[in-house]
This record gives sequence, structure tokens and C-alpha cells, in this order.
Amino acid sequence: MKLVVKGDNPFKFSGVGTLTKKIVSDKTKAIKMVSALEDIDEGYFAYIALSKELNEELIKKELPCLVNISYTDDLHDGFIVSVNENGQIRTLFRPDSEHNTIFTTDACNSNCLMCSQPPKEVDPLLLYSDICDMIDLIPPETDFLGITGGEPTLMGDKLLHIVERLKTKLPNTTIHMLTNGRTFSDPEWAKAFALVGHPDFLLCIPLYSDLQKEHDYVVQAKGAYEETVKGLMNLAEYKVNLEIRVVLHKQTYKRLPDLCKFITMNLPFVSHVALMGMEMMGYVRMNYDTLWIDPVDYDKELTFASQTLRRSGMPFSIYNLQRCLVDKSLWKYMRQSISDWKNIYLDECNSCDVKEECGGLFASAKNLHSENIKRIQIS
Amino acid sequence: MANTKFQEVEKYAAPDGSYQLIPFNIDKIDEESFFISNVSGDYCFITPTELDDLVNKELSKDANVYKELKSRHFLYEDNYDLPLDILSTRYRTKKSSLNSFTALHMFVVTLRCDLSCSYCQVSRQTQAAPDKYDMSEDTADKFIDMMFKSPSTHYKVEFQGGEPLVNFKLIKYIVGRVNHINETANKNVEFVIATNLNLINDEILKFVKEHTIYLSTSLDGPQHVHDHNRNKDSHSKVTANIKKVQDEVGHDYVAALMTTTNKSLQHPNEIVDEYVRLGLNQIFLRAISPYGFALRSTNAKYATNEFIRFYKEALDYIINLNKQGTVITEVYATIILSKILTPFTHNFVDLLSPAGTGIAAISYNYDGDIYASDESRMLAEAKDDTFKLGNVHENSYKEIFLSPTLIEMINSSCLEANPMCNDCAYNPYCGTDPVHNHQTQGDVQGIMPQSGFCTKNMAVIKLLLSYIKENDPETMDVFYSWVNRIPLES
Repeated sequence: MKLVVKGDNPFKFSGVGTLTKKIVSDKTKAIKMVSALEDIDEGYFAYIALSKELNEELIKKELPCLVNISYTDDLHDGFIVSVNENGQIRTLFRPDSEHNTIFTTDACNSNCLMCSQPPKEVDPLLLYSDICDMIDLIPPETDFLGITGGEPTLMGDKLLHIVERLKTKLPNTTIHMLTNGRTFSDPEWAKAFALVGHPDFLLCIPLYSDLQKEHDYVVQAKGAYEETVKGLMNLAEYKVNLEIRVVLHKQTYKRLPDLCKFITMNLPFVSHVALMGMEMMGYVRMNYDTLWIDPVDYDKELTFASQTLRRSGMPFSIYNLQRCLVDKSLWKYMRQSISDWKNIYLDECNSCDVKEECGGLFASAKNLHSENIKRIQIS
Repeated sequence: MANTKFQEVEKYAAPDGSYQLIPFNIDKIDEESFFISNVSGDYCFITPTELDDLVNKELSKDANVYKELKSRHFLYEDNYDLPLDILSTRYRTKKSSLNSFTALHMFVVTLRCDLSCSYCQVSRQTQAAPDKYDMSEDTADKFIDMMFKSPSTHYKVEFQGGEPLVNFKLIKYIVGRVNHINETANKNVEFVIATNLNLINDEILKFVKEHTIYLSTSLDGPQHVHDHNRNKDSHSKVTANIKKVQDEVGHDYVAALMTTTNKSLQHPNEIVDEYVRLGLNQIFLRAISPYGFALRSTNAKYATNEFIRFYKEALDYIINLNKQGTVITEVYATIILSKILTPFTHNFVDLLSPAGTGIAAISYNYDGDIYASDESRMLAEAKDDTFKLGNVHENSYKEIFLSPTLIEMINSSCLEANPMCNDCAYNPYCGTDPVHNHQTQGDVQGIMPQSGFCTKNMAVIKLLLSYIKENDPETMDVFYSWVNRIPLES
């Protein structure tokens, strides 16, 4: 969740809380959104002034508050947000969304050519306590939560605490965690992770080639292929639920059918394979010439790969592609996979007969997409 | 901050340019192609030049064949660790049936039969007194106790004869007792009766439905083929009875097996049509086996190549039926294709390595004798008790399953170590039958160049691989639908 709003933080407080306009019983974890003087009843974790007149009032009362907020339209009742000393309000969770994720860290041990969110050299545990606070605030009726990074497993044992906490506090929530799987090449670590025993937890692990050189090149890390494949096998040994994700671009499409064959023969224990169109973010723009290929130009490989997966009975899906770029026989495998807050359609799409079923585009593709996007007419 | 100095692909290549081979077996298919396979059953078709280059370590790393061979574990670069991990996992998966141990338990409830088919491969007594050739409740009890000592989580209890329905009373008794014990043992139990269906009646059908018991019968094809080896009205009786079970019990409660006789060889398509007509969605094109009365009959005397010609014609016909929307599976092909096209195996007991004798299937004779397979029992009826493992009234579970006879059978039936088989490129897809080898060649390991078992299986495996090499997408769709039990897309 990347919604960030900036304000002033006169008392330099920080932490995580749930935005509220109403009066709540547990004020200690709630951030009161103040739109009138009478809203200011004491005892809340923090306060946010929604109008200019109230700024001075909050400061005068010396309440932990954010004032002079630049833009308040992104702040809604029930949002879980983190507030830092610089006055940044970052939305962590939206109860109305089906795409909520726990962001673990910016640190990563790979450096993928197409990373949409390039890694940073930071302490992987930087956000640990915020994450714990966040989990405690998430409504228990939440159906789905993602875990993402960076590379979440760089948190080590602290990640196990997070999974344990999810299991206890949100027992009915499905969790999907994105990880490159490399750290699980240590069988003891794979075992420790499995032993947490979360009942509904999927690890989504990328594999970009059936061959070491090609995979290592894509993730820009020597030895990564071996670690990831061993990691998958170690996790399977302990019955961890696994998905393999393949991002489709100029460096991965050629061996896609071979990769899928490799998966069905050597990694048949995975429960799902996701073939994913590329998000035009982060490094992609920097490596555009190395990576960009119009999806219509890998149609043949995508069709063969799908055939291999279908024949073996391996469940699979195609994410992030538009129907007009994919052979009709594969439409039934396509999903509306792009998170709501970054999902767009082009003007061209408005008159398309399959817009309703189509997943559309990433917002980042608005001016950078296939030239073959065209409306489909079903006569 | 982010490291945006990206490295070129060659930076990730193995440090020196060389590669090493991982063991594989080779067979020459024709002047243009070789078939190679490794311990996991992965395979490639390559040209003679490519094979030369491969073994001389002169293959270019940029060649597609190099990449294919690497992907399928025929060679490695600087590190053997990962390919070894993968291959050992694959090998374990292929041999996973060994973990579960004996799953198929055959109870010969009687030797009596109401028919006398000329090619019968089972032993039978037509005129005998019940007390002489029926299994007693006491013997059945002891067999059941022995069965429940098997560590397998899945038991298939198969009633054999003679004609087992002649002794339906004991079948009822065994089903009741097995279910009773299973209330605490919690095994996954399946019951099958191998029967000619002649004796089915309302009582039997009611019982069969109530206890989910499957019926397996014989059907060789249309009337003129089926009755050729039997009484004149056999065909009309068995087909009427198949229909009766389908209608009154359930469509999937009855399956049929066919045996290829001399008479069958000329009628492959008609035989398949007969199965389709009866709504049977599986057919097993079986060559006749050299046991029991079958051996004495002239019907058994046809050459393996005649069977293969018949088999190919029928298989082609079946594949085409499937392409046109008629769902029917050929079981022999499915057994072998499962081993070629998937990382898993097929637990058909007559094509395993080590052999399934005793450790996958075991035969409990009416008189308490225990045999390593149904065929071992038939051999004993012909006065050769080489494969008798003991008697349930005299021997313990441990004595039976650690008997020198059984251990010797298992030891000498690992293809990986058997002469000729060990370097055969088709061994990952094959199996062996020590009883067959002993019966036909007087040697449990067998002498493969002269073995009919080898000739037939190798011919079928090669035939199936020729379809795979040809790679017609629709045919491959049919094959995959069989091995993975998924419906064909229309």
C-alpha cells in the first residue's frame, strides 16, 4: 500500500494506529480524525486535524497530532496507518480492499533486472515492530493479506514471529508471501518456517528459467537458481504450499515452455504457477531495451507453456496481461490480478466488449504499453 | 541505495567452459536418431552427431540441444550438488510405491468354477466338492489378520478363483470382517471381485452396491471373438450382465479385461467398438500370459510381432476415437506413458522394478498357502511351488515377508542391476516378472534377448515413444488425459 500523505508532526511522535472518526472503546490504538472541536476527547493514540482551524487547537492541547495535512482525501475511517516523526502518514491497510499487503522491508538479496520496487540497503528489521502493531489492528474478518518486500525472509526469526502472530490473531485470513525462496536452501530454516504451521499460507516464489545462467542473470545474483530450486524442494519436503511465479519479458519468454516442462517434471508439488506480465515500474524503465517485448510477440511461447501446464494438470493463471494481446484459447486462465489502487484502462478500452472480464493495465503502463492494445468486438 | 550496475548474462556462466556427463543409457532408433534416458526417466531424442559431440564434450553451450540436455539432467557444469538432489528426489518419487509395501491382497476364495474356458489362465475345478476347494472362514480370518499387518495405507482386496461368486458366502464374511477391523485400523480399503458375472443375482448386486465393491470381468470383444474360446452363449450372458450391473448398481462398478488370442488378432477395431458399445471407458489390450491352461491351448501361440501389429492398430483406433470425443482409455499404454510423461509412476504390479511380487501384491490361496503373485499360485497348481512363500496356518507375517524365496525374487528383479536391463534405455519405463522369467526361461532374472516379456514390453514402449517423437498435439493431449486423469478439452 503506497498511499502517503505528508503533514507536520510538531511533537515528533511515531507509530501505527487505525484512523477513526467515530468514538471507539479502545482509544490507545486509534488515531482520531478531528473535523470539529467537540471531536477532541482525550486518550487517543494520536489526532489528525482535518481542517485548518483545528491545527492550533491540537497543538495548544499538546496532543500527539499531525497538522497542516497536505491532502486529506486519502484518509478514511478504518484505514490502518503508520505515522513517522517527519509527519508522513503511510496507509498500511484498507478494509475495503482485497489487495492489502504487509510490507516487510526494502532489503533484498537479489537485484532483479525488472524489479518494480528496487531494493535498498537497510536494516531488514526496521519495520518489525510496526508490522506487529499493524497485525494486531487488522480486522479478524479480513479474507486475504499479502506479505511483500524486498525479501521478507531476510527478517530471519522475526519473520517466524510475524507468521505466528498472523496465525494467532488472524486465523481465518489467507496469506500469500512473495519471496525469492533463496534462504530456504537451508533445510533447517525451511523446517523452522514450516513448523509454524500456519493453516492457510502460500509462498509465491519466482523462477525465471530452467537453467542456472539465465535465472541468475535475471535476478542478478550468482547461485540464486540453485538456492531457489533447493529452497522449493526443502519447503515441499515439509508440505509448505508453494506457487511459482514467472515474470514474462525479453529475458524469460524464450525458455518459458522449457521452464514449465521443468516445473511439471521436477517441481510437481507446487500448487499453482503464475505467468505474469511485467509491471512498468522501478528498474524496468532503466532496463527497457533489455526487457521489453510486446506480449503479442511471445504469444507462441505462452501458448506452448500453457499447453504443458494444462496437460500435466498443474493449476496455473496468467496475470497482468490484456485480453487483446493473448490468444483467445488462453482467456480462461487470465485473472484480474492488478491491485485496485494501481489498475487502469486506456481510452481505447472503453468501447471494448471484454473490458469487464479484462484485467486492464498497471497505472505505470499508461504511456508505456503494447501498441497492439485494441478494443475487441464480439459480434 | 539501489545497485543499478547490472551485469551481463555471461557473468553468470560457469567459471570454465567445460561440462560433465551424468550417467544415461542409449538406444539407436534409426540412422537419424538416438534415444537416451537417465535414472529419473527423463529422455531426449538426439542425432548421432549430437550424441558424439555430447560424449566428447564438444557440444556448444549455445546450442538448444545443450540446454535441453542440461534441463533434463544429462550433464552438469561446475556443480553436481543440485542435479544430484533433483535426480535423487525424482528417483525416490519413481520408487515411492516401495514405501507403502503390499497394497493388493488377492483372496482365492475357491478354485471351483462354473465354466471351462479353453484359454483359462487361472486354475479351476469344475466338478469338485465345495469343502475340498473352498477357503474356510478360519483360513480367511488368518489371512485378514496378516493383511492388516501390511504398512500400506491403502488395501485393495481382490477376490479371485476359480469363480469367486461360487463362494459368495465367504466373500460376504470377509468383507464384513475387514470392515469391522478397519473401524479401528483406518485403512483405505477397496474391494474387487474378479468374476465372469454368471452368478450375479439381486442379493449379490445389493451387497455389491451397499459395500462399494467393484466387479472386474472378462470380455474379449464381439460375440465371434469372445465365444471362440468359450461356450456359445458366453458373450450374450456377460454383456447382458455388464449392462445389468451398470444399470442396477452403477456405471462405474463394472470393468472388463480382454485377453488377446489368435482369434483377436484380426479384429482390433471390432474389439474396441464392442467396449465402446457397452459404455466401458477402459480397455486393457493384454497379450495372453503363459500360465495355467492357457499354455496348453493353441490360442496362445502367436508371435510377439503379431501382437504388436494388433496392438498398434487398436491403439491408433482408440486414439482417434478419443480425438473425436469418445472417451476411452487404453490401460497398457497408460501404465507405460505414466512412467514416461510424468515424474510419478504407475503401480500396476506386473511392471515394477523391483518386481511387485509379494511387496506390491500377494496371493492368498484357498488352502492357506501364500504366493508371491497370482501367477506363482497358478504355477503351483501345475506342480511348481518355487514361489510359495509359506502357509498362513504355519508361518508368521515376518517369516512370509522375510522368506529367502521372496528376498531372492526382489533381489533379482531390480532392473537397475539385472544383466541387459541395466543398460537398457527403456528400463525407467519397464518392470520385470521373476515368475514369468522362471516359467519361460527357468531363471528368475531371465535372459532378456530371448524373453517374450522383454520383446513385448520393449516393442510397446518403443511404439509409444514413436508417438511421442512424432508429437502430434492431439495425440499428446489424449495421452496426457490418460496419465493425468484429466478430461480432454473439447
